Amino acid sequence: MNKQRILALLKKEFGQLFKDKKLLPLVFVAPLLQLTFLGFAASLDVKDISMVLCDLDKTESSRGFIEKFTNSGYFTVDYSTEDYGSIQSYLDDHKTTMALIIPPKFGDKLLQRQPARVQVILDGSEGNSTTIAMGYVNQIIVSYSNSVLAEVVGTKSVGGINAQARAWFNPSLKSRNYMVPGVLVLILLITTMNLTSMAIVKEKEIGTLEQIMVTPITPTELILGKLIPFTIIGIVNWCVVLVAMVVGFGIPVMGSFPLLFGLTTFFLLTSLGLGLFVSTISHTQQQAMMTSMFFVLQPMMYISGFNFPIENMPKALQLFSFGVPMRYYLVIVRSVILKGVGISSLWFEAGALLFMGVMVLVASVLRFKSKLD
Amino acid sequence: MLRRLLPIIKKEFRQIRRDKRVLAILTLVPALLLLLNGYALNYDVSHIKMAVIDQENSKESRDFLNAFVTSGYFDYVQYLKSTDEAMHMIDDARIRAAIVIPTDFSHKLLSGEITDIQVLVDGMDSNAASIILGYVQAVTLQYSQKIVLKNLSKIGRGNYLPIQYDARVWYNPELKSAKFLVPGLIGFILAITAVIATSLSIVKEKERNTIEQIDVSPISSVELIVGKMIPYALISLVAAALVIVAAYFLFDVVVKGSYLWLFGSTLLFVIAALSIGLFVSTISDSQQVAFQLASLTSMLPTMILSGFMFPIRSMPWWLQILTNITPAKFYLVILRSIILKGVGLAAFWDQLVYLMIFTTVMLTISARRFKKTLS
Repeated sequence: MNKQRILALLKKEFGQLFKDKKLLPLVFVAPLLQLTFLGFAASLDVKDISMVLCDLDKTESSRGFIEKFTNSGYFTVDYSTEDYGSIQSYLDDHKTTMALIIPPKFGDKLLQRQPARVQVILDGSEGNSTTIAMGYVNQIIVSYSNSVLAEVVGTKSVGGINAQARAWFNPSLKSRNYMVPGVLVLILLITTMNLTSMAIVKEKEIGTLEQIMVTPITPTELILGKLIPFTIIGIVNWCVVLVAMVVGFGIPVMGSFPLLFGLTTFFLLTSLGLGLFVSTISHTQQQAMMTSMFFVLQPMMYISGFNFPIENMPKALQLFSFGVPMRYYLVIVRSVILKGVGISSLWFEAGALLFMGVMVLVASVLRFKSKLD
Repeated sequence: MLRRLLPIIKKEFRQIRRDKRVLAILTLVPALLLLLNGYALNYDVSHIKMAVIDQENSKESRDFLNAFVTSGYFDYVQYLKSTDEAMHMIDDARIRAAIVIPTDFSHKLLSGEITDIQVLVDGMDSNAASIILGYVQAVTLQYSQKIVLKNLSKIGRGNYLPIQYDARVWYNPELKSAKFLVPGLIGFILAITAVIATSLSIVKEKERNTIEQIDVSPISSVELIVGKMIPYALISLVAAALVIVAAYFLFDVVVKGSYLWLFGSTLLFVIAALSIGLFVSTISDSQQVAFQLASLTSMLPTMILSGFMFPIRSMPWWLQILTNITPAKFYLVILRSIILKGVGLAAFWDQLVYLMIFTTVMLTISARRFKKTLS
């Protein structure tokens, strides 16, 4: 290995990188946009359920009952109708996601201490939001029921159990606290893996790789010359995202920063190795990009627990996820940043990450070298 | 025009066919992603590991805790002595939630007072935590009502339930996650493949300077654009069809509405995605830039802003406005209407109009820019 040759290679690589006036700004702006979108939008909270109201009773009691919904802050009455038959069209036409129907004599029945019926229709095509909305409906109706009961009995309340929730690590249950640290993981993977593989394959495509091969540069030097620039860019990018997370989103790193950084280098081994590997199996940049995007990045994102808990997956996928390095790095990033735990809770993840990183990198380097010969 | 168009389409197809892997990726990966997504994307939290700190340990408290176990959501109950212990276990991710029962639980419960219990949840995964809290609330509410009615019947006022309600869920009564995710996945997958594939294929010609050769030929830029787009539109449509077939076999998702409208709106959406790809290609000089830009303009908005995973109405107002930059938002409503609701044009014509406007505007801008970059 010759230091001078590596330096010359690095110069050339950085020169190329800076020559492309759009690439570097994009590499840095993209994660910040991602951070903003994920930070503000990626929430399963259901706050503003749009509903159509069909109050066929129109008494003080029915209005009081409806008020319970509107005052809860979760429901907005967007439409009112007296035509029961038209309700279907409100849901069909995607105008609202819920219908509340109060039949005639609702108030009378309540006053006569008879059970009063109401009907709730929810749009199930919204999936998870429907489940959450149903929970709210249930709570509101039970609490209204109980206040009527208390009136009947003549006490202030009829008792019952009140569950007071406290969420650890993230008391306000902001989903951004969960999603934003995940971006740190994605950024590293995208910049190092995708860009490294594309940069190498580009030389193959244009034929400059063959030119390099006839120079005294050794394969190891070539690999280093290719990997070092994107490692640096990846790390700088990671730091930018970290600063944006702490300053912009107010999510502090609870644990030790050196620990976080150290374990990040373990993950770098994996992502660089994967980039190198993808470059050995691709002939065109299109191939390299699609291989890393669809066969590495996407599956990793879904199986690693990036946005959906691993425990919910089928057993086979859960087992498979043990072989996904991103899984361990995600746990590390989230635990150190949000929980502030130390290495004692993370030695298994750190070990797995290091082991996989070394394996992937060594295998890829060997493959790359044998491909060159 | 057709005479000159055909050779370009042929050339493009030949190029795509020669690269077997890219063709395979474009047609088969969408169905593969569906398989992966369909199983991995699951909001239904089950087997929640829970610990219990029962400071009273009475018949009533045990009965209450039993309700959690029998609910089926909570998998494993371990008895702990203190909240500190529970906190340590949450730290190490050994449990997800803990319930603390106070010493006066049964006393308050039986005397008709409001009894507070404490629930500790691991808030790290906030979405899962919200769902877990929802389950805790539901189990508590149900048990609580049972006790309230029991207490009332003791004083002869029992068996009266002021409000009886029946909740119905339309379109997806079992609330299966896969069912409502499939339409979103179709949009997501189409957006990625169409935007990335077109932009890369055009920029590739730029990189190799073959685009200048075409430029000096009698082919007009419109013909070039159309010729480039048609093959990728066809491939995307095949991919979409495969996803729908896969969704039927894997997740029992049946298209309830009209296939004709499904095809029409999909074609429109694909054209929208292709024009975004074209736009990206006019800005990028290298495939690396094209890839970055394409994934930024297709993957991110389609996944996060389209309403595919996260409800738009819960976003901050400025982001709600921004959601209009992604055609997937409109396409998703159409897809859900056709596939899940089985409703006709009357229900989604407005979305179709938005999609049409978006496509026209995007296509015009991109074509203009493309012409300019050529000359």
